[in-house]
Order: sequence, then C-alpha cells, then structure tokens
Amino acid sequence: MLGADEIRRALSRIGHEILERTDGGTDVVLLGIPTRGVPLASRLAARLAQTEGIEVPAGSLDITLYRDDLRLRPARALGHTEVPDCGVDGKVVILVDDVLYSGRTVRAALDALGDLGRPRAVQLAVLVDRGHRELPIRADYVGKNLPTSKREAVKVLLAETDGLDSVLLQVRPEAGQ
Amino acid sequence: MNRHLISAADLSLADAISILDTAEELARLAERPIPKLPTLRGRTVVNLFYEDSTRTRISFEAAAKRLSADVINFSAKGSSVAKGESLKDTALTLQAMGADAVVIRHNASGAPHRLAEWVRGSVVNAGDGTHEHPTQALLDAFTMRRRLGRLSGLRVTIVGDILHSRVARSNVWLLHTLGAQVTLVAPPTLLPVAIGTWPCAVSYDFSSVLPASDVVMMLRVQHERMAQAYFPSVREYSRRYGLDGDRMALLPPHAIVMHPGPMNRGVEITADVADSARSTIVEQVANGVAVRMAVLYLLLGGGPGGPGMAGGPAGQAAMPEPAGVAL
Amino acid sequence: MNAWLIRGARVLGADPTDITIEDGLITELAPAGRATKVAGQVIDADGLIALPGLVDLHTHLREPGREDAETVASGTAAAALGGYTVVHAMANTDPVADTAGVVEQVWRLGREAGYADVQPVGAVTAGLKGTQLAELGAMAESAAQVRMFSDDGQCVSDATLMRRALEYVKAFDGVIAQHAQEPRLTQGAQLNEGEMSARLGLTGWPAVAEEAIVARDCLLADHVGAALHICHVSTAGSVEIIRWAKSKGWRVTAEVTPHHLLLTDQLAAGYDPVYKVNPPLRTAADVAALREGLADGTIDCVATDHAPHPAESKETEWSIAAFGMTGLETALRAVHEAMVTTGLIDWAELADRMSRRPAAIGRLARTHGRPLAAGEPASLVLYDQAPVTAVDPAAHASRSRNTPFAGIKLPGQVIATFLRGTPTVLQGRLCR
Ligand SMILES: [Zn+2]
Repeated sequence: MLGADEIRRALSRIGHEILERTDGGTDVVLLGIPTRGVPLASRLAARLAQTEGIEVPAGSLDITLYRDDLRLRPARALGHTEVPDCGVDGKVVILVDDVLYSGRTVRAALDALGDLGRPRAVQLAVLVDRGHRELPIRADYVGKNLPTSKREAVKVLLAETDGLDSVLLQVRPEAGQ
Repeated sequence: MNRHLISAADLSLADAISILDTAEELARLAERPIPKLPTLRGRTVVNLFYEDSTRTRISFEAAAKRLSADVINFSAKGSSVAKGESLKDTALTLQAMGADAVVIRHNASGAPHRLAEWVRGSVVNAGDGTHEHPTQALLDAFTMRRRLGRLSGLRVTIVGDILHSRVARSNVWLLHTLGAQVTLVAPPTLLPVAIGTWPCAVSYDFSSVLPASDVVMMLRVQHERMAQAYFPSVREYSRRYGLDGDRMALLPPHAIVMHPGPMNRGVEITADVADSARSTIVEQVANGVAVRMAVLYLLLGGGPGGPGMAGGPAGQAAMPEPAGVAL
Repeated sequence: MNAWLIRGARVLGADPTDITIEDGLITELAPAGRATKVAGQVIDADGLIALPGLVDLHTHLREPGREDAETVASGTAAAALGGYTVVHAMANTDPVADTAGVVEQVWRLGREAGYADVQPVGAVTAGLKGTQLAELGAMAESAAQVRMFSDDGQCVSDATLMRRALEYVKAFDGVIAQHAQEPRLTQGAQLNEGEMSARLGLTGWPAVAEEAIVARDCLLADHVGAALHICHVSTAGSVEIIRWAKSKGWRVTAEVTPHHLLLTDQLAAGYDPVYKVNPPLRTAADVAALREGLADGTIDCVATDHAPHPAESKETEWSIAAFGMTGLETALRAVHEAMVTTGLIDWAELADRMSRRPAAIGRLARTHGRPLAAGEPASLVLYDQAPVTAVDPAAHASRSRNTPFAGIKLPGQVIATFLRGTPTVLQGRLCR
C-alpha cells in the first residue's frame, strides 16, 4: 500500500504538523510504542533535527504490562521503555505507533504513561489509521488513512526491524481453514 | 515457560534468558515514581510457607503486589506435616480459593512436585528441602549479569555445604544452562557422592581456584553439620573453606562475592569481605524482587493455550513405560 | 468327592498335560487327552502353564493393628489372585508377633480366611526393639510352628544379638531372616545414594549400608554354623557377597523382590512416594546383577515384601511417606517380565525360585513347593502367559493401592489357583 518514499513523505508531513501544533516543538517528547513505533519516533526526531534544526527527545514506552488482552495469549516478552532524561512531567508527549486500529494499544499506553509522570498534554501520531476503533480514541497526526475490512491485516515493515520500508495489506485466512 | 517453576533444571536457555530479560525491564520500572503495575489484577498468589523465611516470603509478596496480584500468606509453619493438615488437603483448599499461583517453601524435597499434582494453578518453588531454590539461582544469575555483563563463559565458584544446599543445586543447573563454568568447593563430606555426574568441576582447595574465578558464591554452613561429623570444627571449616580478606585478595580485580543469605559472619565469610565493594549481597536482595516479578509475570501474565516451559514437573513418569522400568 | 480335571495344561511350560485332582491330591498326570479318570469338573487349560502354588517368604498382612491397610483375609485373597498358596506373615504387626499368642492368632486367622495358608514369622527381638531376644522357642513350639524369625522393617543391627539369635534357633532348625540395613548409615535415608538422590536432594541410602550387614551376617552364620536368610537383596554388592558366602558352603539363602528386579531409582524423579520402598529402588546395574543372581541361583527365591499402605500414607511429601509397595498380585507377572521374557530363566526355574526354594527356606517343604506329580498336594497355578495388560490397582483384592506397577504393562494373567485341591481362584476371579 505504501512504499519507502511514501513512508518518508508521510513522516515528513507529520513532522511539520507537529511543529505547527506544538509551538515549534516546545516541550515535545516523542515516545514510540514497541515494536515499530520506536524506530518511527526516532525517525521523526531525526527529521526534525535535520530539516528544522530542532532537537526533540525521543524514547520508547512499552505497554505490554498494561494490555487488556494479556489473558488471550501466552505471556508476551516485554518491550523496552526508555524515557528521555528530561522525563515527561509537564511535557507534551507524543505517542508514536505504526498502526491505529482498535485503540486499545493507545489506551494501554495512556495508562503506562500515567505511571511515568504527569505530561501537560498527550498527543498521538500514527503512520497508518485503518479504522475500526473500539474505544473513543483518535490520532492527532496520521500518515495515511487506509480504509480496511476487519478481515484484512495491515503490516508495517521498517528498515530498522524488517530490513525494508513498506506497508502491506493482507487478507487473513478465514478461521478454521 | 512451563506452567510451573519447580526446578532450575527444567529451564531451557531461552526460558532462562527470557526471565532475566523480563526482570531487567521490570527492575527499571521499579525506579519510576509509581512502581506498581496493573498486570496481574484479579489474580491471586498464595504464599504457602512451611518454613520460616521472612526474606523470601517478603520478596515474593512485594513482587506479586507490584504486579497488582492479590496476595494471601498461608503460613503453615508449626503445623508440622505429620500432625497438621496434609499437603494434599491444603492444596485442595487453595484450589477451592482459586489460587492462580502457589509459591511454596517446604522443608521436604519434592513438595512442590506433589503440590503441582493437586492444584490447577502455577506452582513456584521458593525452596524445597535440600532440592532446589530456582528463583534464588535466577536472581544470582541476574546479579552476575548486571555486574559482569555476561554469563556465558563466566567462571563461578560455589563454596560450602553443597550436599544440603538447594541454592547450589539450582545454581549448578541454571549456570550450566546459561553457559557459565561452575566449580564447587567443599569438604568431600559435604559433596554428594555422585557429584561426578553434575555439569561442574570440583575442588577441595579453595585458594587455588580463586585466581581463576569471576564470581565466588559463599553458602551458609550450619553448625549442626559439625555434630554430624561433616567437619571437625567451625574453626577448621573457616580456615579451609571460609572467605576472608587474604583469600579475597587472590581474586581477579573484577571478581564479585555473593552470598544468598542469611550469612554466618565469621564462619563462611568475614565481615570485611561481606561489606566490601565486591560484595553483591545487598543487590541480590533488591534483584530478588525483579526476578520474582518476572517469574510471576511469565507464569501468570498470559492466558491459556499457554506458553509452555515444557510440560509438567520434571520426571513425571510418562506412560506407558516410565524411565526406571528396566524392561 | 472334590475332583477336577485340568485339560491340556503345560506343566512347567512343557507339553500339554491332563491333570487330575481328587480329594486335595494330584492323582494323575497324563499327556493331553489321555486322562484315564474322567470325574469331577473340567477346566480347559489349553495353552496355560501349570506351576506349583507360589510361596511367599515375605508378606506384610498388617493384621493385627493396621486393618485399614490390609487384613489376613484381604491379603490372602490378594495372594491367591497372584498365584500364591502360602504366605509368610511378617512380624511387624501391632502387637508385634513376638509371642506364641500373637503368632497363633495370625495363624488361626489365616486358616479361617482359606484363600492361602499363612505361616507366621516370629520377631527376633522383643517388640522389634533390637535389645532382647523374643521367646523364639515358645513361638517354635506353638501351633504356628514358627521356624523363620525376622525383625523385618528393622535390622538386627547389634552384632552380638544377631549372633545369639542365629545360634539359638539352631535348636529347632530355625532361620533368621535379616533385613540388612545398617541404621547409622541410613539415618533419614530416602533414596538410593547416587545420581538421583544427589539431584533430587533426597538423603542418600548407600548400598554399603546393606552390604555391610550382609557381609557381617554371612560371617556370623559361618562362625556359629547357623542358617541365615537375607531379605530383599537390592544391590549388586550384596549379590557378590552372597555368592562368595555360598561358595564357602555356608548356610546362607537370599530373596529378591519383583520390584527390585524391574524398577530403578529413576522413577523417583517426580517424587511420587509410590516408588518409596525399603530397601530403595537401586540402579539399572543393580537390577542386572539381581537378575543374574536369581538366574544362577545365588539368590534363592523371589519374595514380594508385599507392604500395603493406605492412600494417605502415600499421598504426601516423599520424606514423610511410608516405605513399601504391594506385590502379591503382580509378582508372577513382574518376574515373568524380568526373568522369563528376557530368557534368563525358564518356567521350571521360575517354579523353583517362586515355589520350591522358598518353601524349603520357610521349612514348609513337606507341604508346599512340591513337584506337580501324582500323589502330591494339588496346590497349583494355571497361568496364561499371553495377555499383556496395564496393571490396574483398582482391580486388586488388596485393601491398598500402592503398587508401583499401576498403569505399566506387564505380561500374563493368573487364571486359576488351587490350594490342596480347592480352587481359590477360577477364571481370574476369587472363588466364594
Ligand atoms: Zn524388610
């Protein structure tokens, strides 16, 4: 659905919007949600540094221990939480993730963030919004809106984790097949 | 991960690494303003302690509470198994109470194996007789990895009453799995006769192994062993197998000194060694909570269809012909 | 007249034979189809093996005192189902069988039960306490005619006391059956000392604790010229010592249990106390040595050490569980598997080790362990060697379920047992 160029352009646009809506990036902290939100957050930070000369701290926020679906699967390995030295208190924290779907991941991230400190505001940036929300959550920055059916799976591949940049749309096999 | 954690010998390398890595993340979370996590909300952890061990019980209790589990402390001490309620009846009671995990400390080797047959929840061995104490070994490995950066190839010397030590057993199996080289040092009376079948080296000469040790772990030696003629006197034991400043000076500069506690200062370890910069004894206690959180999370943090640390308790005789039937 | 015709049984595994039984005696053996007397009830024993009624030198019947675990009635029923026609009842009852009164009580209970003869074993020391001889002569002269004495469960560890006991029973052709266990070397012992005990953290039970007593008692038996019987030999070293003692011509006999012929300490891995037994299960090397010893006659016989325990004595932690396993109902099948299937002995030798020799050691050779021949008492077993089935403790007649063979597949099935011409078991089921 998306190639490397489109991903780059989408992040670039998100970067601009962030600057516009946060008073030039003042007090912004980017926190990527593992796995693929983390490289996306660092790319955004790098882009802001390169193109605008603005240093925005980036880190990661693992939400595994806050998930509401832990009992549906075997215990998952924990991701890494790395909060930049400035902390989150009084900051504008922008959560970064690859795909926004049910909204449950973001709900867990908000809980996890609340245990880390008290940000002034929390915003959400996603590369792909595929719809089908199950919670009253919306993204502040969206790279691409992708209308999907629930039977489809959106797969984001990134060079850092998968060796290439790409967004794929796959049809999940029917249950029972 | 298996459904239970009964023996360090049951842990695969992947299981062991997964516990240590999880503990690493959890240890970092402990530094946050709110160390409590919602992960095990609604789960019940029972601490079933047949032996007094306040430190171990508190460590498990703290771990469970930080993960928001409900904790029930069931002290069965004094209800000497012979006269009190049987372990099986206690197990059925805990079962009825809906225990998701039972952390058991017991003076009989193998009690956790038995318990696992009678409860549906996970069984965590918090020390059984002279058999194993797997979470102690995990926190020891965690401490070594944090201090020295690796486990593979690490030279670990364990000194003391190996014969009666559940800590030594768990450490030998776990460290072997993790690729460390273990050397046991003890008077021959305090080594099992079949020690040759364990994946470790043995020495009777403490001083000679110290220059090639990255870790020295001192075990508590009990005075009553003297009455049973395992060694002639505490003085002689200390002289031959105790760690004092002179012996510590034989260690390489980076080496660390560990002790699972509680210590007999002046017997197996002198005060200056216990309080030295090499000593990890206080860290071990702190790391214990993170490691036990990791174990509880990995055992209880998932749902059915579960993880699979490889089946039931070790050695469950598989039908039709269990090992040990000479057919 | 109580008469039976058993058609086509293979006597000691040999050619099909018709066996006629009249009034408690075997009256004719004829090639199959050639029986001259046709009277009484007929049993088709085509393909079945006929063995003399089995003799157990080592049974714990638990009565009096622990009737929740076993009674003389239930224990002898189990014996009959296992092919036994006589069992030696060990003395560690409550009260201890250390007086003429108690041994006569057990003997009478056995006669009433009727499933198998019960020959009481008398205690060597009063109350099994190991300090003072029991009234051995009085027990010998009682109606029970005790000839075998044992403190089984306890070792007669005092060397002087053991020497005196061996000497004393010479007066009435008695034999001392020693439970060889050096007590100081086995304090708190739980499992054979070796790789398993080290790994499991269970206090080790060294082979030497048995062998030291076996060696000492062989020397004592020679010194006083008395008869010594070694109970439940469990180690390769004991076999070697007994072989040496026998080579000297000393009056030493020995028994081995079915479980020590088939099971090893590896089974303790899950800490299930059903595998906890005294002496403990040993290693595969010991099992091999025991089988060899039984095959070459160093070990004279198989004895069950049938030790029933109620469930609550085994549904516990290993270290507080009771020692012992049931054995009467599985012994023949287990020995079949360990010794016959492996080709170590044939059916005639099995009859020797499970009937003739134990009867001789128990001083019962005039009435039990007799050859299957015309004129002999009709105490015999019909055994089907073909089926292979998993052992089901729930089907046992014993009051206790602590068999180590539960769920394990063993060959064979006892089809019928006759005690002096009267069937105690027919079609694999208890009579009456
Ligand atoms: Zn015995």
